[in-house]
Amino acid sequence: MTTTPRTAGIAALALGDDALVLSHRLGEWAGHAPVLEEEVALANIALDLLGQARILLSLAGDEDELAFLREERAFRNAQLVEQPNGDFAHTIARQLYFSVYQNLLYTQLATTDSELAPLAAKAAKEVAYHQDHAEQWTLRLGDGTAESHQRMQRGLDALWRFTGELFQPVPGLDIAWQTLREQWTATVTGVIEKATLTVPEGPQSGAWTAGAGREGLHTEPFGRMLAEMQHLHRSHPGASW
Amino acid sequence: MATAHKAPDAAKDRAAPGPAAADVGPDTTELESLFDAAVAADERIEPRDWMPDAYRATLVRQIAQHAHSEIIGMQPEANWITRAPSLRRKAILMAKVQDEAGHGLYLYSAAETLGVSRDELLDKLHSGRQKYSSIFNYPTLTWADVGAIGWLVDGAAITNQVPLCRCSYGPYARAMVRVCKEESFHQRQGYELLLALSRGTPEQHAMAQDAVDRWWWPSLMMFGPPDAESSHSEQSMTWKIKRHSNDELRQRFVDICVPQAESLGLTLPDPDLRWDEERGHHTFGPIDWSEFWSVLKGNGPCNEERITQRRRAHEEGAWVREAAAAYAAKHSDHDKDRRPAALGTPAEATA
Repeated sequence: MTTTPRTAGIAALALGDDALVLSHRLGEWAGHAPVLEEEVALANIALDLLGQARILLSLAGDEDELAFLREERAFRNAQLVEQPNGDFAHTIARQLYFSVYQNLLYTQLATTDSELAPLAAKAAKEVAYHQDHAEQWTLRLGDGTAESHQRMQRGLDALWRFTGELFQPVPGLDIAWQTLREQWTATVTGVIEKATLTVPEGPQSGAWTAGAGREGLHTEPFGRMLAEMQHLHRSHPGASW
Repeated sequence: MATAHKAPDAAKDRAAPGPAAADVGPDTTELESLFDAAVAADERIEPRDWMPDAYRATLVRQIAQHAHSEIIGMQPEANWITRAPSLRRKAILMAKVQDEAGHGLYLYSAAETLGVSRDELLDKLHSGRQKYSSIFNYPTLTWADVGAIGWLVDGAAITNQVPLCRCSYGPYARAMVRVCKEESFHQRQGYELLLALSRGTPEQHAMAQDAVDRWWWPSLMMFGPPDAESSHSEQSMTWKIKRHSNDELRQRFVDICVPQAESLGLTLPDPDLRWDEERGHHTFGPIDWSEFWSVLKGNGPCNEERITQRRRAHEEGAWVREAAAAYAAKHSDHDKDRRPAALGTPAEATA
């Protein structure tokens, strides 16, 4: 299949925004991680994601203009990745849901003739590491102490309603979305159960179904995140850094 | 690897770290002279070698303080990760802060070869019983501070640390080789950041100048008090932990920075700074040592914030560390075989 530049641009923007926004959230952990090894690991994952974002956004336009000069309503990331860090378990739940998704998505995308296929093939290797990191921590926290078990369950429950959006088709991506959803559910269920935790039962999307990040409709914390991220760049119009 | 000063088998028990090693055995004098000879011959002292208790204590203090500085030093820079003005700069800054955590890990490992534990050292940091470099008690007020830290603070650190690559204690010297490679990369990036600002808009140039004005004197203080007032210097030089005096290194740093500031198109905030033809060095104005001692005693602009954030990260992370320990205890047997492969292989792909 051939993708028109326009739809490829939309797809690059959606995936690029996912990576950019999650990278930013992980960057907020710097200096706050529970153990030094996690300072290294979280920064490492944030850097991988930022690298992906830079390539993807560059396919859609100028990376800095897109990152720093778009308003909230023009961002195409899924709402899951913009969710605040919360405690370490909350961050790990977000990492688990998202890295499993991203791994499956990139692995499929790498086999298509999309112009994003080469990026997907490279990024899938990084994302496999992110997924392993999230899985290992889900197991440790779920099957650790009573407190960590409770916190991990709380993180999984709180973010569950943002997972349905991940399987909404993105224009320009030739992906078997239903298969992706089934694989994601099987993988995530396997990890959660192995971690002695319970797969959340609630709906996977909010009542306001139009409120999808892919449509530029975001949650309230996202605006504040952008205000911080964009402030300096916007304060010096036209400057280069 | 040193051989001449190996402890004889009979002395092995006493070579163990801790207060017990202060015991004066009949052959301590002989061990001491073997140790002195090894140091004089520029041989490396290794963890299993006999060493004077005071040498061990000095190294523990210095390496721990060095490790703590890397960890606390993440804060002033991490302060700007979420506000970095371009994605390229954001990536560079994140990588740098990640490197600093890595340096902390190398250095705690080096300290652990002397018989202390990382947890014990972190406790001392958190309770204020061990220090970190006072430079990190200054705030990063603008984006240009990230560049000034890279150029001046990392520059001063490198000037201090390159001679440590030849330090008499092997594990510390080897850690410094790795640290210095990464630090010099950071320093060039800081310089390049300031250069971009200096050549940018008038507002960006002013931002760069302001940052250099604020960081210059604190950077000179990083070399420590003047030689006349430096309490540990003489012994450290004899032991070859230290290779040059504070004032020597400070002079070297000034001589390096002056031409770099000129290339940057920025000035250094010292009206007395001038080239002294006779000495072949730059002469510079007096340092405000009262500020240095005040910051060192805990009254700097950010002492309270830095240690509070570090303690909070540690305390809030306690349940995570407990969970990891509980999980490891439960699964130590049947997970043993798969864990290295699962963690090792994909990590290499991202290295």
